[in-house]
Amino acid sequence: MSADGGPGRLLYQGADWDFATIRRVYDAVEEIALGELGLDIYPNQIEVISAEQMLDAYASNGMPLLYRHWSFGKRFARHEGLYRKGFQGLAYEIVINSSPCISYIMEENTATMQALVIAHAAFGHNHFFKNNYLFRQWTDAEGILPYLDFAKSYVAKCEDRYGHAAVERVLDAAHALMSHGVHRYPRRKRPDLRSEERRERERREHEERVFNDLWRTVPGKGGGATAPALDEERRRALLELPQENILYFLEKTAPRLQPWQREILRIVRHVAQYFYPQAQTKLMNEGCASWVHYQVMQRLHERGRISDGHFLEFLHSHTNVVFQPEFDDPRYSGINPYALGFAMMEDIARIATDPTAEDREWFPDFAGCGDALGVLRDAWANYRDESFVAQFLSPALMRRLRLFHLLDDPEEDHLQVVAIHDERGFRRLRRALSRQYDIGHQDPDIQVVDVDLAGDRRLILHHRAPDRQLLDAEDARLVLQHLADLWGYDVMLKEIDPKTEAVLKEHHASARPGMF
Amino acid sequence: MYIIDRRLNPGGKSLANRQRFLRRAKALVREAVRESAGSRSVRDTEQGATITIPGSGVREPTFHRAPGGRREHVLPGNKEYIEGQTIPRPPSGGAGGGREGSPDGDGEDAFRFALTQEEFLDLFLEDLELPDLAKRRFVDGEVKSWRRAGYSISGSPANLALVRTLRNSLSRRIALRRPKPEEILRLQAERDEAEAAGDPERLETARRLLDVALRRSQRIPYIDPIDVRYRQFQPEPRPIAQAVMFCLMDVSGSMTEHMKDLAKRFYLLLYIFLTRRYRHVDIVFIRHTHEAKEVDEETFFRSPETGGTVVSTALEEMLKIVAARYRPSDWNIYAAQASDGDNTTSDNERTARLLADQILPICQYYAYLEVGREDGLHPVGFIPRESDLWRTYSLLRREGHPLAMRKVRHRREIYPVFRDLFRKDAAKEAQATP
Repeated sequence: MSADGGPGRLLYQGADWDFATIRRVYDAVEEIALGELGLDIYPNQIEVISAEQMLDAYASNGMPLLYRHWSFGKRFARHEGLYRKGFQGLAYEIVINSSPCISYIMEENTATMQALVIAHAAFGHNHFFKNNYLFRQWTDAEGILPYLDFAKSYVAKCEDRYGHAAVERVLDAAHALMSHGVHRYPRRKRPDLRSEERRERERREHEERVFNDLWRTVPGKGGGATAPALDEERRRALLELPQENILYFLEKTAPRLQPWQREILRIVRHVAQYFYPQAQTKLMNEGCASWVHYQVMQRLHERGRISDGHFLEFLHSHTNVVFQPEFDDPRYSGINPYALGFAMMEDIARIATDPTAEDREWFPDFAGCGDALGVLRDAWANYRDESFVAQFLSPALMRRLRLFHLLDDPEEDHLQVVAIHDERGFRRLRRALSRQYDIGHQDPDIQVVDVDLAGDRRLILHHRAPDRQLLDAEDARLVLQHLADLWGYDVMLKEIDPKTEAVLKEHHASARPGMF
Repeated sequence: MYIIDRRLNPGGKSLANRQRFLRRAKALVREAVRESAGSRSVRDTEQGATITIPGSGVREPTFHRAPGGRREHVLPGNKEYIEGQTIPRPPSGGAGGGREGSPDGDGEDAFRFALTQEEFLDLFLEDLELPDLAKRRFVDGEVKSWRRAGYSISGSPANLALVRTLRNSLSRRIALRRPKPEEILRLQAERDEAEAAGDPERLETARRLLDVALRRSQRIPYIDPIDVRYRQFQPEPRPIAQAVMFCLMDVSGSMTEHMKDLAKRFYLLLYIFLTRRYRHVDIVFIRHTHEAKEVDEETFFRSPETGGTVVSTALEEMLKIVAARYRPSDWNIYAAQASDGDNTTSDNERTARLLADQILPICQYYAYLEVGREDGLHPVGFIPRESDLWRTYSLLRREGHPLAMRKVRHRREIYPVFRDLFRKDAAKEAQATP
């Protein structure tokens, strides 16, 4: 019998662990995750860190390295204060979407917890990062760490060269606009020369083929009246307006920025873009990881590789994580993504293997297909929270969670229950919940709509406010001031009711001289 | 798969960010630090502090929606609601009211965080100096300490510098080509071999070589007296690294709580300041009415006392304590006196004499703080004039004694007054002629 214990032998005993334990646990988990669950992962790198290092990681959004800025120091100070006073525990792990996939595990964790976090982060999250379409589309797992390294040294060099204050001003302004510094849709690909030539040739051939001299004689062509309109159209097209990525717009178009300032905007924009998929897949990502760790731990226990006591320890922390307080519970603070995510994954697996008549009616595609893992892997790869809920939330689960839909209209005296978990409400409930996860609905829709570079260069932005939900005026004023400073000229933000096109509110800001 | 142990990586990765944060919030932090100093006990300042700064100063604004407008919520845990039912609006923040609010809702809140002691004091005592006077005495301190001063060729065996000695020995042996033990062993082996081989010529050579080597190694000792070195020490005057601070306060009936509070703040500042400069600071509280007593801090500030006012009693008490516990040659002595300026008229002469003849000569610095009523009003029929003590001390100062005096009415004046006293030129004022 080998020293590390064959199948059927306990992986570890007691709460203590060493690096050999981690290695043993990892191998056992890998066998199940890859061999049985069929996960597809980036190579793993597991890093053991201390509490202080975990706080460091918190401060920099979990990234192992990031440029320097006071706001990270502020975040560190806050977390440290909370942690020291015992108001806040620390996460058991942090995982980074990179290749190799880095998982930080805390040294304080017991052996069971290490097994749990390895299954959760190094396999669950890792699989999700590698396969989900949003991450594939928007993030470059191989390139992110080198890029952050570049960003850090670039910002440091700028600080040396142009002074801390100057760099800080740019970063402050860029951070204020960070939430509006992402591309939400894949951009049009720039055509390359060859395909451009081919298209041009085809067009000419087409024109020659259909040429008819009679068209020349048709009256009413080439009137002067439409020229300015065309001009405007053309101008906006050249600036790629309307543009919702404000940082991108500034980086490319702001007339008075220095090249290094543009580069810093670009860095902030890239970091924002890197985190963009995470905000949209919180529910699925945690659901996927929780489901994976649950499966793995269960199977390890079934095979006698984890003792009953340790399995109970695992169940204890697992149920803590996936606990969903009800809305009238003082502990309620929104829907717990771990809880809903895990419940949905379990539910999908149930529907695939053991469906009821209702499930067959609602999910004819996969109910009873028997291949729970296939369905789940497909869901993990091709959905985000919003579409995942819209597609997979089942009546059975809605009933179990006793979901209901509440409308809060300030013009009414009462709140109204619009739908509950019954036959009439399921679809509306599901649509409403899915909308809550729609990032397009969460983030205010603000776009740069026009600017006259030849005229007064005033930048005009529109905020389309659904349901008359206006921006927080004070913050909007501050952000707009940053925006005006970057732009170098006046900026106007109009809040518009998308239904009536009525202007609800206007904000103005002028560039302060000498800021950039 | 790799497992990496990062626990031993150098910590303080966030230090640079923290410094940037403190720099950013400097004005606010400074304000908060000075504010918090008032509420703390004198000795507490040896620790760091948790301070609170208004969140608006380090705000990170973003575009986000204000609360309000038409909102929809999907909530778990329905108990009795049915579709179409209306529910009275709960008080804000209550159940069902939705907690979406602003995503960065804590932006407005005050921001609390902990400063290390170092950071706290740096901000607190920014650009203050001990008076030049004190620095001069620093250097003249009579305590001697021993400092390493290279090597010497003589000394006591306890101070033998082994490494240096052996290094000298090694270089001498190399220079004089003392054969190594291996060399001798090799030659012996060679001789034995020649003997065994029975080659007389070779044996002869081998013997000769061995003989030379043996003689050489005997003549050139392994360690010679000229190799030996001793560590040498030199006496050096060491600045006196300890200070005692005397807090004298009038606690007679005329001193109000407000005045005591002012005094306390001043003592606090002085204490912190001294702890930054000296390794060890003792603090002695002496309170007096018509008689003086040494008390602990709590009694000093809290417990009321009634009686007349005789300042010289406190000075005598101080002298007694100095004589008993703090030899002026070993201790830097600082004294701060707080009073409302009253003194029994007949005592003024005695006070002045005590100060000039005995106290001021042994003190590094003597600060007199005259605390006044906050409103600055005087009792009816009272003609505002300089107080007894103020006049007495002014006289002394004119004679050139190291005495600083200030008047304070409001607690916001304490800090400026303190800074004023410890600016560089303040020392010159305190001691016009050395």
